[in-house]
Amino acid sequence: MPLLRNGHIALDQWVAVGDDEALPEDAPIIVSLARWQTERGKLVDEYRQIGIRLKGGDQASDIANDLPYFDLIAIEFASVADGRGYSTARLLRGRHDFTGELRAVGHIIRDVFPFLHRCGFDAVETRNERDAKAWRESVGAIKITYQPATDKRLPTTVLRHLSNAVAAE
Amino acid sequence: MGTAKQPKRADGVQALTANRLNDGLVVFFTKGGHWSRRINDAALLAVEASQAVLDSAGEYAVSTNHVVAPYLIDVETGGGDINPTRFRERIRAFGPTVNTVPAPRA
Amino acid sequence: MYQYDAYDKTLVNQRARQYRDQAQRRVEGDLTEDEFRPLRLMNGLYQELHSYMMRINIPYGTLSSAQLRKLAHVARTYDRGYGHFTTRQNIQFNWVSLEQSPDILAELATVEMHAIQSSGNCIRNVTADAFAGAAADEVEDSRIWAEIIRQWSTLHPEFAFLPRKFKIAATGSANDRAAIRVHDIGVALYRNAEGETGFQVVVGGGQGRTPMIAKTIREFLPTRHLLSYLEAILRVYNQFGRRDNKYKARIKILVHEIGAQPFAEAVEQEWEQIKDSALLLPRNEETRIKSFFAPPQFENLSPEVPAFDAKRSTDAAFAAWARVNVVAHKAAGYCIVIISLKAPERAPGDATDTQMDAIADLADHFSLGEIRVTQEQNLVLPHVKLAHLYGLWQALAHHELATANAGMATDFVSCPGLDFCTLASARSIPVAQRIGRQLDNIQRLHEIGELRIKISGCVNACGHHHVGHIGILGVEKQGEEFYQITLGGDPGTEAAIGKIIGPAFAGDKVAGAVENLIETYLAQRANGERLIDTYRRIGTQPFKENLYATA
Repeated sequence: MPLLRNGHIALDQWVAVGDDEALPEDAPIIVSLARWQTERGKLVDEYRQIGIRLKGGDQASDIANDLPYFDLIAIEFASVADGRGYSTARLLRGRHDFTGELRAVGHIIRDVFPFLHRCGFDAVETRNERDAKAWRESVGAIKITYQPATDKRLPTTVLRHLSNAVAAE
Repeated sequence: MGTAKQPKRADGVQALTANRLNDGLVVFFTKGGHWSRRINDAALLAVEASQAVLDSAGEYAVSTNHVVAPYLIDVETGGGDINPTRFRERIRAFGPTVNTVPAPRA
Repeated sequence: MYQYDAYDKTLVNQRARQYRDQAQRRVEGDLTEDEFRPLRLMNGLYQELHSYMMRINIPYGTLSSAQLRKLAHVARTYDRGYGHFTTRQNIQFNWVSLEQSPDILAELATVEMHAIQSSGNCIRNVTADAFAGAAADEVEDSRIWAEIIRQWSTLHPEFAFLPRKFKIAATGSANDRAAIRVHDIGVALYRNAEGETGFQVVVGGGQGRTPMIAKTIREFLPTRHLLSYLEAILRVYNQFGRRDNKYKARIKILVHEIGAQPFAEAVEQEWEQIKDSALLLPRNEETRIKSFFAPPQFENLSPEVPAFDAKRSTDAAFAAWARVNVVAHKAAGYCIVIISLKAPERAPGDATDTQMDAIADLADHFSLGEIRVTQEQNLVLPHVKLAHLYGLWQALAHHELATANAGMATDFVSCPGLDFCTLASARSIPVAQRIGRQLDNIQRLHEIGELRIKISGCVNACGHHHVGHIGILGVEKQGEEFYQITLGGDPGTEAAIGKIIGPAFAGDKVAGAVENLIETYLAQRANGERLIDTYRRIGTQPFKENLYATA
């Protein structure tokens, strides 16, 4: 399951730890929201890099106050049809100014890459190498963005009038 | 739909049907292992054996991207014709009961 | 009407290419059916009973003659020579292939059309008043805002995978012809006491298995805040709408379960955070979009058109048609013409390629090149001179497009039903045909007056039966088709859900049952009121008694 970071296949140094698994020593770990909530103190004391994994139903507001502790937030998409993660990502990245790695995990097909990208994800756990290699093509398939999102692309509502503004000088 | 187990009549025969992937048209699995547009070409499957045919031939046709959503239908035979017993399946096999405007071009 | 610029054209062309690639990957097996399904639905392609069906967007029901000609071409080239206009102002082609579906989209893109988000769990076609820009009773053209919403919602990355489909409707007139109160979100444009233009926002209306009338969550929303407010509603829905049960996943269930007031508060809370963001529509963009909907240059005509009056007094058939298919226009000497797609024996809402081409030509000659699609599955020529009406009517009659039944009992709204649809329990088109045979006399139809009969082939209610004055719902009982009849529904400003009148009827008894209801109405009618008014005055009982009286 190749990891994409900023559109490129990257090595994943993070270790995902299940709720019932022992925590590894001195590794960047990803734990569930439930585990974070029960073992917060210990995790903060013992780990330099903490990542948290949110399920579809977990809210950005559940962790908004704890963001400084996280270097990574993984948001799980249980199925392609479950679009809650897009809102969670936008709130974390856009509203709460999370600057760490925002990673999409779970059931991801290349056709949702453009949506992930525009909602503020900078990392994606892809399902196979073919999908991973298709990142650029997929994200670039439609270059026009009608509405503002969490990426840097200007919406057409603004873009359309820029050339006029320039010409008017 | 898909390949879930279908409720069966104890004494009937069944046919395996699906929709063709490329054009969505209704097809029936034949004795020769092909998929035909005509229900009269359908292989008549004994209820004890039909699920296995769905699971093998049906799944094979899905995995080779030939059809989608294969399933079993109850049929009856008479006068050389095969007819689905259920009204909905008859419409599906024979086409809309209304001629909307021009006669459909085949 | 809106004209694409380079940005819009690039988007539809790139989208058509993206879909072609996805269809190719499906055929090659790189995508499973489960993975491909949401993708093809977001491009309007359904697997129906017999074949693939493609639903093409007609934004707020407005078409140019060039677009209608292209639809005729699609019907002719890729389908079986006809198309079906729907209750959401879209068009459906019943016999397309997956193989050719990318070609259809590529062709549509050349006339600024597409099928983006016409299906799927995303924001669908935004519908509006089919008489917008022509009706005499309008505050502002609702299509301006429908277009603004269309662009904002198109490929919105956050809302591509909602709990369920999402339908938005806009009206610019107090007389709501857009049925906003049975939509997920309805926006009604009006001018407040201070003279400002803004929206009343209603949420959580819908039909289907649990019909509900939308609740007002905001009395007055200044127009510049429309997009941020919609975004707030969608975000709350995306996060909290139910995903455990497909039949409880619409926003109406969420509003119902948490309460309209708490829902409104949740939206306001979210909206506070984003109302002054990039979603504030820039003035220059608002002006740009409005410019496309500026009223056409109407001529200075007299409201008196002696030629029209003369024809009405000499030609009874023309007079009958003009009486119900012609609606008042805001410009003197002009009118709005309803082209009925409900000819006897025809499937309600269907038109052949020949008919579409003819209407496109008539639009060019008589209606400034513009056509509308109504939520009652008819077409409209919005800007016709009264002086041209007789010639237009004759041309329409030649193509079986002049049935004088707009708003009358045979102006059925009907879903395709079990003849076409995988979801259906029973057929709907034959029911319409049978009732039509019973009521095939124009004089009698006009005598009965306005009567909106809506027919659905299953509980999903795509035929909008819940808001029919008489609603007919097809159900399956022991392998046979039965029909439940409801009374008292209404889609407009006085929106109401119809009530079941009693036990269901077998298919061959429905026409007689409808006839019986009409008889009760005619016997009880006072002061020329409509059937729906009589029902509101006297209630269900007299209708029920007469209907189920044993001989």
